[in-house]
Amino acid sequence: MSTFYNGYIAKTERIPRLVEHLFAKMPEIEADRAVLLTESYKQTEAEPMIMRRAKAFDHICRNIPIIIRPEELIVGSATQAPRGCQVFPEYSFAWLESEFDTVATREADPFYISEDTKKTLHEVYKYWKGRTTSELATEYMAPETLCAIEHNMFTPGNYFYNGVGHITVKYGEVLAIGYEGIIRKAAEELTTLSVGDADYAKKHIFLEAVIISCNAAIIYARRYAELARSEAERCGDPVRRQELLKIAENCEHVPAKGASSFYEACQSFWFVQMLIQMEGSGHSISPGRFDQYMFPYYKADLDAGRITREFAQELMDCIWVKLNDLNKVRDEVSAKGFAGYSLFQNLIAGGQNAEGEDVTNDLSIMSIQASMHVMLPQPSFSVRVWNKSPHEFLMRAAELTRTGIGLPAYYNDEVIIPSLMSRGLSLQEAREYNIIGCVEPQISGKTDGWHDAAFYNMCRPLELVFHNGKDGDVQVGLDTGNVEDMKTFDEFYDAYKKQTEYMISLLVNADNAIDVAHAERCPLPYLSSMVDDCMKRGKSVQEGGAVYNFTGPQGFGIANMTDSLYAIKTLVFDEKKVTMAAYKEAIDHNFGKQLEDEEAARVTEALARQLKESGAPVNEEKIRAIYQLAKNGGVPEEKRVQYEALRALIEEVPKYGNDIEEVDLFARDVAYTYTKPIEKYRNPRGGQFQAGLYPVSANVLLGQQTGATPDGRYAWTPVADGVGPASGRDTHGPTATANSVARLDHYIASNGTLFNQKYHPSALEGEESLAKFVAMIRGYFDQKGSHMQFNVVRRETLLDAQAHPEKYKTLVVRVAGYSALFTTLSRALQNDIINRTEQGY
Amino acid sequence: MNDNFWEQTGRIFDIQKYSIHDGPGIRTIAFLKGCPLRCQWCCNPESQEYAIQTMRLKDRKPKIVGQDVTVREVMEEVEKDRVYYRRSGGGLTLSGGECLMQPDFAAGLLRAAKETGINTAIESTGFAPFETIQKLLPYLDYYLMDIKHTDSAKHKQYTGQPNERILENAFRIASSSSVELIIRVPVVAPFNGTEAEIASIARFAKTLPGVRKIHLLPYHRLGQDKYEGLDRPYLMSGLEPPTRETMLKLLKAAEEASGLYCQIGG
Repeated sequence: MSTFYNGYIAKTERIPRLVEHLFAKMPEIEADRAVLLTESYKQTEAEPMIMRRAKAFDHICRNIPIIIRPEELIVGSATQAPRGCQVFPEYSFAWLESEFDTVATREADPFYISEDTKKTLHEVYKYWKGRTTSELATEYMAPETLCAIEHNMFTPGNYFYNGVGHITVKYGEVLAIGYEGIIRKAAEELTTLSVGDADYAKKHIFLEAVIISCNAAIIYARRYAELARSEAERCGDPVRRQELLKIAENCEHVPAKGASSFYEACQSFWFVQMLIQMEGSGHSISPGRFDQYMFPYYKADLDAGRITREFAQELMDCIWVKLNDLNKVRDEVSAKGFAGYSLFQNLIAGGQNAEGEDVTNDLSIMSIQASMHVMLPQPSFSVRVWNKSPHEFLMRAAELTRTGIGLPAYYNDEVIIPSLMSRGLSLQEAREYNIIGCVEPQISGKTDGWHDAAFYNMCRPLELVFHNGKDGDVQVGLDTGNVEDMKTFDEFYDAYKKQTEYMISLLVNADNAIDVAHAERCPLPYLSSMVDDCMKRGKSVQEGGAVYNFTGPQGFGIANMTDSLYAIKTLVFDEKKVTMAAYKEAIDHNFGKQLEDEEAARVTEALARQLKESGAPVNEEKIRAIYQLAKNGGVPEEKRVQYEALRALIEEVPKYGNDIEEVDLFARDVAYTYTKPIEKYRNPRGGQFQAGLYPVSANVLLGQQTGATPDGRYAWTPVADGVGPASGRDTHGPTATANSVARLDHYIASNGTLFNQKYHPSALEGEESLAKFVAMIRGYFDQKGSHMQFNVVRRETLLDAQAHPEKYKTLVVRVAGYSALFTTLSRALQNDIINRTEQGY
Repeated sequence: MNDNFWEQTGRIFDIQKYSIHDGPGIRTIAFLKGCPLRCQWCCNPESQEYAIQTMRLKDRKPKIVGQDVTVREVMEEVEKDRVYYRRSGGGLTLSGGECLMQPDFAAGLLRAAKETGINTAIESTGFAPFETIQKLLPYLDYYLMDIKHTDSAKHKQYTGQPNERILENAFRIASSSSVELIIRVPVVAPFNGTEAEIASIARFAKTLPGVRKIHLLPYHRLGQDKYEGLDRPYLMSGLEPPTRETMLKLLKAAEEASGLYCQIGG
C-alpha cells in the first residue's frame, strides 16, 4: 500500500494574478515563427528534409522573440501575447489567409490578428504554395476518397491541416541527463555507423539533425537565462530580483543538463513541453505521468529539507497556468470540432508501476490540488483507477469533480492494460500507460499513436443504405440495392455493414496518404530525439521510428445507430407496423418537423414577394396557405401527421442507455461494425489501425451534416457523443446508463472510449454522497467500462452563462475528452452540453 | 410465507435507481402503492391510494400509476445494480406509500434480497399492527421510520391518523435486536417546524434503545404538480421550504434534546 501526503495546501496569491494576466485579452496570432521558418527553408532548398527541419528549428530557437511574463516562476512563452499562437505554414496556410478578416469574429475560438501580421503572413505564404503536407496528402489520395471527404462521410481534417502531435515523450530522460546527455547518445550512435551500411545515408543525417535540434533547445533556454538576468538587474523589487536570478540560474542549467532540484525539473519539463509545440503544430502533446517522473526530484528535495510542500505546490500551479499559455489556431470548421482553444495536454495521476504496485504519491494529490487552484481547462487532467487505488485519492479526485470543471477524467486500468497488451505491448509497458489527448491510451516515449486520425460519423453509411449509396445525385458509397426491396433485417443490416466497410477503406486511404505526406515533408527531429527507438533506427517518428505505431480514427454515433437499427428491426421486420417505404419517406422529410415560427415567417415573406413580383394575386388567404406549407417544411398536413405518428411509434421502441440487455447487446454488435473491420488495416509506419469511440466535439459539427435518422433524430441536430446514449433518452438514472455502456466491448476500442455523465451538484453534496459517487465509478469500472467523465453544473447556470457570457468568462465545463471555457464554445455545442441528461437526486 | 414468495404479487408505482438519500450506500427504491396516512405535504400523492390511477401532468402524456408485479420481477430490476451496492454498502429500500400495507409482498421482497445477499431497508411510518411489522423484521437491516409529531391530536390533524400506535411500534422495533432503527422527521413549518416540537421528537428518539441517528428532512414542493395531475387540492400551497438557517436551528435543537447524531437530509 502506498503512502502519501493527503493534506490540503493553500494557493499563493501569485496564482490568481498569473491567471488574470493570461486571460485579460483575446488570444492573438503572431507571425515570428512563420517568418523564421521560411527564412531558413529558403537557405536549405537542396538539403535532406530532416536536416532542413533541424536547421529551421535551430533558426527559430535562436531568433524568436522571448518574454518573461509578470511574476512567473516557470518561464518560456511561444508568443509575446498571453495565450497567443504561432502559425505553421509547412502544414497548410490557405485556410488562414482566407480567414484573415473573419478569424477575430468567428463563433468558435476567435483570434485577434493585426494588419501587420496579415501583411507579413501574406508575404510568407507566397513561398509555401505547393510545399505543404496537406497539398502533398491530397496528391496521394484516391479520387473516391476525396469524393467521400467532400460529402462529409468522415473527416481526416486534423492531420490534413496540422501536425500530428498526440504523443508523450521521455520527459524523464531529459530531466535525468539533459539534452547534453541525449546529444552524447546520438554522437555515440554515430560512432557505431559504418559508411558502408545500407542505411548510413539516412541514419547519419537523422542523428546529426537530432544533435542540432537538442542544441537549439539548450540555446533557447540560455536566451531565457540572459533575459532573466538582465531583467533582474533592472528590477527594483528585491524579492522579484531574487526570483529572476533563480530563473536565470535554472535556465542556464536545464534542459542542457540533468535537473538537480525539483524547481529545475519543473523548468526543464516546461521547456520540453513548450518546444515540442514550437517545432510542430500537432496538439495533444501530453505530459502523461507527471506525478511519477517528477517524484524523485520532489522527494529528494523534501527529504533534504531543500523545499517545502507549499513551494512545490506553487511551482506545480505555475506549470498548470503555463499549460494554458499555449494556443493554436485551427481552420473555422476544425475549430468547431475541437472547440474551446483546447490543446488536450493530458496529464494523468495515480495508477500502478511496471511491477503492478500502486504508486499514488504526494504529487498525485498535489496535481489534483493544482487543478483546484487554477480552475482552468489545461492540463486535461486525468486519474487512473484500479482495484488497489486508495479510496482517499479517489475522494480527492471526486472533490475536484464536484467543482464542476469537468476534471478529472477517470480511467480504468483493469480494461486499458489488457487492451494495450492485445496490441502488442508487454505487461510491464501496459501497466505504465498514460492517456493522450482526450482518451487515448499508450505507453510513453515509445508510441506514435496517430490517435485522432479522423472523425468517423457512424450515421452516414445508414443514409447511404437508404439512398442506394448516393448522397444527393452523387454515388459516394456502394450500390447496395433499393432499401424498399430488402426482405429481412439481416439483408438491411448487411447493407449497412457493406457501406461502413467501404467507407472505412476510404478513411484508411485518406489517413495513409496524410501519413506519408508528414513523413516526407515534416519529419520532426527534435521530437524524435525523445522517442524510442528513433535513434537506433535512424528514423524520425514520422517515418516509423517509434517502437509502437498505430492509427486511431474515432467513431461516434453508436447510440443513434443502435436505436435506429433496432427501431427498423422492430417496426419494419419483427412487428411489421411500418413499411420500409413509409419509413424512408418520413426520414427524407425529416419526420415532418415544423420550422420555427420566425423561420416560417421568413420563408413565407420571401415566397409571397416572389409571387407578387411574378404578377400573381396575393391575398390574406393565400399568405396563410403559404405560411402553413412553409411551417410544415413543404410537407402537406396529412403527411406531416403520418410522419409524426411514425415518430411516436419509434419513441415507444426500447432505447440504448436504459439497462435493457437485449438492446445493449445489440449496441455492442453495432459498435463492432466499426471497431472490427478497422483492425485489419496497416499504416505506412508499419503499425496497425485501431478504433476509438469518442467524438471530441465533432458530434455537434458533423450532426449538422447528417440528415434525419431512423431513431427519430431530426436532421442537422447533434449525433450522440462517445459511447453514451443519445441525448435525453436515458431515463433510468446514472447506474442504468452506466450498465448499458459497460455492455459494449471497451477492450477492442483500444484507442479509447468516452462516456459522459452530467450530475446535478446536489448529487455530490457532502462526504457521504461523494463516497457514493466514487462507488458509482468503481461499479462502472467493475463492469469493464474504460473511461468516465462528468459535468457537475446546474442547467440554470449554463443557461444564464449563455445569456450573460460576460459574467462567466472562466466557467469551465467538460466538452468531450477535455474541458473548455463554456463561453468560447459555439451555441450549438453549448446546447448539446445543456441537453445531456442530468442525473440529480 | 412459503418458498413460493418469489411469485408473491404486489402493487408498485415506481422503481428508482441510484438513490443516495434513502439508507446507506447506493440504493434501489421500490415504491409500494397504498398508505394509511394522508400527510398534507406528501410529495408522492400518487402513492396514497392502493387503486391504480391515471395522473395527468401538464405537457406530459397521461401516466398510469400503479402496476402489479411479482417479487421476482422487482428483484430482476434490483439485481441490475448489485455491483454498486457492493461498492457502496447499498441495497434495496422499500418506500411508498407504506410497505406495511402489503406485508406479504414487502416481506417477500426483503427476504428475496436477503437470501441473495442484498442489504435491505424500509422507509415506513410504522402504522400497522406490530405483528405485521414482525413479518418483515427478520429480513430487515435498516428501518427508516418517520416520527412526525409527539402530539397525537396534531398528528391526526395533518396526517389523518393518531400517533400512539406509531410511537409504541417505534419502541418495539428498537427493542428488537436485529434491525438498526433511524428516526426521520419531515420538517413542515405549520405542523412541526418549531424548536420545541422538534426537540420533543428528539427526546422521544433518545428513549428508544439502540437508536443512534435522527434525520431532519426539510419540506419541499416537488410533489405539488402531481396533486393537480390527480385532480386533488394541494393543501400546503404557498408554504415555503424551510431556510438553511431554520434547519440549522432545528438541527441544534434536535442535537441538544437527544444527544444523538443528527443530520439534515437523508
